[in-house]
Amino acid sequence: MSPVPERVSIALLYPELLGTYGDGGNATVLAQRLRWRNIPAEVVDVHAGEPIPSSCQIYVMGGGEDAPQALAARELRSSPALVDAVAGGAAVLAVCAGLQVLGQRFAAEDGKAHDGLGLLDCETHRDDGPRRVGEVVITPDPSLDLPDLTGYENHGGVTTIGPDAQPLGRVVVGHGNDGGDGTEGIVNGRVVGTYLHGPVLARNPALADHLLTSVLGPLEPLDDEEVEALRKERLHAARHPHMHMPQLTSGWRRLLRGN
Amino acid sequence: MAGRAIADASRWVGAGEGSVIGGRVTLAIDQRALELMAAGHQSVAVSGTNGKTTTTRLLAAALSTRGPVSTNSAGANLIPGLVSSLFRGRAGAAVALEVDEGHLAEAIAAVHPTAVVLLNLSRDQLDRFGEVRRHAADWRLALAASPGTVVVANADDPLVCWAAGACEPATNGQRCGVTWVGTGQRWRADASACPNCGSRIRWTEGRGERGGVPWACTSCTLARPRPDAWLEGSDLVLADGRRLPIHLQLPGRVNVSNAAMAVAGAMVLGVDPGRAVRAMSRVRAVAGRYQVLNVGGARVRLLLAKNPAGWAEALGLIRPPPTPVIIGINAGVADGRDPSWLWDVPFEQLRGRLVVATGERGRDLAVRLRYAGVRHTYEPDYRKAVAVGAAGLAGGSNVSARGAAGPKQAEIDFVANYTSFQDARRALTSGARGAVPAR
Repeated sequence: MSPVPERVSIALLYPELLGTYGDGGNATVLAQRLRWRNIPAEVVDVHAGEPIPSSCQIYVMGGGEDAPQALAARELRSSPALVDAVAGGAAVLAVCAGLQVLGQRFAAEDGKAHDGLGLLDCETHRDDGPRRVGEVVITPDPSLDLPDLTGYENHGGVTTIGPDAQPLGRVVVGHGNDGGDGTEGIVNGRVVGTYLHGPVLARNPALADHLLTSVLGPLEPLDDEEVEALRKERLHAARHPHMHMPQLTSGWRRLLRGN
Repeated sequence: MAGRAIADASRWVGAGEGSVIGGRVTLAIDQRALELMAAGHQSVAVSGTNGKTTTTRLLAAALSTRGPVSTNSAGANLIPGLVSSLFRGRAGAAVALEVDEGHLAEAIAAVHPTAVVLLNLSRDQLDRFGEVRRHAADWRLALAASPGTVVVANADDPLVCWAAGACEPATNGQRCGVTWVGTGQRWRADASACPNCGSRIRWTEGRGERGGVPWACTSCTLARPRPDAWLEGSDLVLADGRRLPIHLQLPGRVNVSNAAMAVAGAMVLGVDPGRAVRAMSRVRAVAGRYQVLNVGGARVRLLLAKNPAGWAEALGLIRPPPTPVIIGINAGVADGRDPSWLWDVPFEQLRGRLVVATGERGRDLAVRLRYAGVRHTYEPDYRKAVAVGAAGLAGGSNVSARGAAGPKQAEIDFVANYTSFQDARRALTSGARGAVPAR
């Protein structure tokens, strides 16, 4: 753990390529949770074609489509900055396509394999099944000491984690990595990969603070009452989906309207 | 006949506007109903992620200057709805068709419209996002197979330009024609990777040119086509030098863009652009959008914004503080089940006023507003949400369900996504004598 800097920099990598599913919100959440604790924080957007700064404390990547994902992987691999930053103590949150890019290899929709960055011991391939789409609940690995996580997954890739790799958690509702082993996501030290959108840190402030403390040390708690209300609703909706389908009640009307 | 009878029955029992079920019955009797009914009509199909309904309404107004017009009612933009609107049209009437972006290829193949107006393509339903690029590819194939159809395309949307054949010099301008319209669209995040080759698209900021910012793929030949018509402020400029001021009763720059696209579409059918613009200026509200309701003493203006691109425009329509804003968010099938897109909307711009979060996913919005530093409250009931907004404006903490508008009527902007808009409109107009359309 490095000494707390005067201003914490959070790099949002390639928001225009890996920002399809609102995951840029994870950077917003991290920065605000620092500001609420009177720690100055900034979000640095890094666009494709620009050099990646190696001096940020946290790096955030999100989900995207196949072609932009392959482009992002090429850009990332062309620079040692992210690998150097992690070696220097930085944390990374990589969601969905971001998780796949940080692994050893990943396959695009056309089946073509691309090299990843190798920061996470996992590989992603495609199967013939439908995309895995829907609400997810996972119970985090006990070593992380986190409450259940809620999110929304939407991916065509199947990720297999290495025999010694640590998953982020075990699936309670949904699919997760879905190599059939019940795992979701992958953690390697301060590098966290997950399939959860929502964005995941907006729905799970404990995971946000876990990432922040991993680089800054202990932080004072915040009032998360409003987020807790959302968490309660989402966890309940995931576990009891039939109770959260309001369109069923007006289904007749909407059927006639054709939507 | 069976289709029309069922449609009448559906209206009579109050189940719907009847257009969809009537079309379904007709299609059940003859699968080629759309094709048969389209024969002999001049038609313009309008499609895209945002602005379909409004643009079709404006187009219908423009086409009405040359004779009878048949058009589909709002929302009935899938194939059964199209069949029904053609069915009800008078012989020889021009047809203005709003078509769902996922069904445009099918509609082009069946109708071979005189023109198609391609507005934009962007992320809308995140759980179906992969379909956006597929829509562009489907449009492209369908247009290539319908060489007699004139394309009116938004030159500032790379996905649309690719679908319209912009990077194929052999077809560009050689087919029956493409009219490129420079609209200066704001949302670009869904076109960062080239739809043609996957490389990066570069936008040359600060070099405004014929109504927009030049853009080009860094690797292949896809680039912003030279517009044949473009916007300068709210003037539509045509390549021959004519300049047509667009004055609408509908608010916002986005509707000026919609009107520009509609004028270009109407011109394909021989409508005089000056007359088209004048006819459009009489359109007031479109399927409840921009409608002002009197709710418990507050004047509530309804706006639709269903995705980040729509919000990029809606934020420019919302009146400045202290006007309270109520935002309704649902995540039904028609909205997309994942509301993560809320984090792509710069809600920070709403600071300095009260925002009431409502709808089935109002709690997701409340958390988003918290992180945006916007003063807000959560109220799932639509009518109560209006009362809370009105009371907040009056500065009173004594919130009653009847609202507290004070001596001056509270002005409120109510923005909702697709199904929340329908729910809110129903809730605010039904059951209460106070809810009447206001002028």
